[in-house]
Amino acid sequence: MEEKQREVLLSVKDLHVWFELRRFGFSHAGYVKAVDGVTFDLHYSDSIAIVGESGCGKSTLMRTILGLNKPIKGNITFEGKDISSYSAEALRWYRSQVGYVQQDPFGALAPFMTIQRILEEPLIIHGIKDSVERERRVRKVMDEVKLHPPDDFLQKYPHMLSGGQLQRVVIARAIILEPKMIVADEPVSMLDASVRVEILKLLRGLQEKYRLAVIYITHDLSTVRYFSERVFVMYAGNVVEKSDVNRLVKVPLHPYTVALLDATSDPDANNARKFRELPPGEPPSLVKPPPGCRFHPRCPKMIEDLCNVEFPPEFQPEPGHLTNCWLYK
Amino acid sequence: MPKDKLLRVENLKLHFKTSKGSVRAVDGVFFELGYKEAVVILGESGCGKSSLAKAILRLLPRNVERYDGKVYLEDTELMAMDEETYRQNVRWVRMSLVPQAAMNSLNPVMKVGDQVAEPAMVHFGIKKEDALQQAAKMFQNVGVPVDFLDRYAFELSGGMRQRVAIAMALVTAPGVVILDEPTSALDVLTQANIFNVLKRLKQELEVSFVLITHDIATSSELADRVAVMYAGQIVEANDAYSFFYEPLHPYSRMLMASVPRLRAETEPEYITGQPPSLLNPPTGCRFAARCPKRFGKCSEEPPVFNVDGKQVKCWLYGS
Repeated sequence: MEEKQREVLLSVKDLHVWFELRRFGFSHAGYVKAVDGVTFDLHYSDSIAIVGESGCGKSTLMRTILGLNKPIKGNITFEGKDISSYSAEALRWYRSQVGYVQQDPFGALAPFMTIQRILEEPLIIHGIKDSVERERRVRKVMDEVKLHPPDDFLQKYPHMLSGGQLQRVVIARAIILEPKMIVADEPVSMLDASVRVEILKLLRGLQEKYRLAVIYITHDLSTVRYFSERVFVMYAGNVVEKSDVNRLVKVPLHPYTVALLDATSDPDANNARKFRELPPGEPPSLVKPPPGCRFHPRCPKMIEDLCNVEFPPEFQPEPGHLTNCWLYK
Repeated sequence: MPKDKLLRVENLKLHFKTSKGSVRAVDGVFFELGYKEAVVILGESGCGKSSLAKAILRLLPRNVERYDGKVYLEDTELMAMDEETYRQNVRWVRMSLVPQAAMNSLNPVMKVGDQVAEPAMVHFGIKKEDALQQAAKMFQNVGVPVDFLDRYAFELSGGMRQRVAIAMALVTAPGVVILDEPTSALDVLTQANIFNVLKRLKQELEVSFVLITHDIATSSELADRVAVMYAGQIVEANDAYSFFYEPLHPYSRMLMASVPRLRAETEPEYITGQPPSLLNPPTGCRFAARCPKRFGKCSEEPPVFNVDGKQVKCWLYGS
């Protein structure tokens, strides 16, 4: 494992995921360009966060990584193999290597199954026929996510558990097959403040212990710091900035990131005394995104005849800090 | 009641009857609200904060077992008022509500303009054209383009729908607007935008807000006063400045420490354990089981102590 440390586990190249729109179910009426040119590498035991507002394509990106959507262009390679070339059997293997933590723990677990059955399910699908072995692994994983003691929970149904406990079950299910990577889609957005931190710390603990690679998807920048080293900011289907979390918070480059940081509040009584500076308008339609930089209609620093014409390439003003913005040409 | 206070709630209780016994959703709530002020009711899910909104506005379900206490709006005591007078003179006339998930609470088959105009027509008996004009004015106030009056809810984005719900609450020019988790389903930028609107409304219109939320960080955007709710009770009532710098109740302190912060290096801490069931709340302090500072006295129910004008329900402050 050690020597693999800096090797690439998952590589996303020029990924485009478009959904076709049809008029009356027949004629072609354009595409929803949900993910439009995303490139990044994820190394073994690395964690990255993808931050963006709803509709920016972060969930589509995640679903494509999980193999649930097909890209229209570009590819995703896992341990050097393109996932779209996987056979059904290889895809099953891939899904044992990638755990998925859903956003809404209240909806992610089958209401008619006991916790034991829910946690056994992946083991059954992946061919562990010995029920004693299955129970051993279920108990072990429940211990990992701190559902103590397992006997109190095994025979319960999801509606008998609190939100925090349900999210632990969801995490347990994601790691029971000992995956190399976890995709967590807003894992704490449905939980209360006091539980939120507990779940984030649990996830980070598991990540460090098992050297898991994690993709953490969120709209809340303030939770990112406690979890990931690198953060990608997405806007309207593009990644607009890639950086270290601490650097991003201190010196954001892209005007959209600046706006996002400005809009995030920390508890402070002075907040009530001042208005926040915000970009006007709303994110663009993904069917007909604006030409050039997609943020230009809302951008306070827009450069005429450049930003509204040509899409900015990736610039690197500082090592390891990249942004798609003409200001850094 | 002091002249500078607009709304005062004293020992409000709302218990529900269920097959398992009585659920004490609201069990001794008190707070005060001045003119052009905002009070934040902070609490985790299941602490009874949405039931509190219903209790203040008397939007009660049928299984109410106990509903008492005192609610003063200026100089009127509302709990003694009969239902019809309340409906005609208070609800939506002097106090209105922006419901939780307001973006999904709009009628899908009515134009949003008509929906916003409706309360004005019903309560003031004015003609539809005048009410629509009033609605147009409210749309401007909350930052919705006036030509959206003729649209349906599905044609609006989440942030716009939320603004429409706020316009609907403001159209009758009430003194108090209760906001139940107004931005929990919205994006960061939209959320900040809505709070800008609320701040401006507080200054420009003569309106006070009761903001019910679990989100401490964003609640500070509007708060003048803070009341912390735990297991159906208010455990601390404080002004925003003291609260955000030095909360008093151990629960408030731990809640504050659990907030992930963007600009500070501190590690957030979490509160172990879970809030008690409202079905059979423990006797004594309801937070005692999770409290790091509990001592012998905590098995008795603490009274509300006054500490330099702030109220806190904790034995640590008993002399």
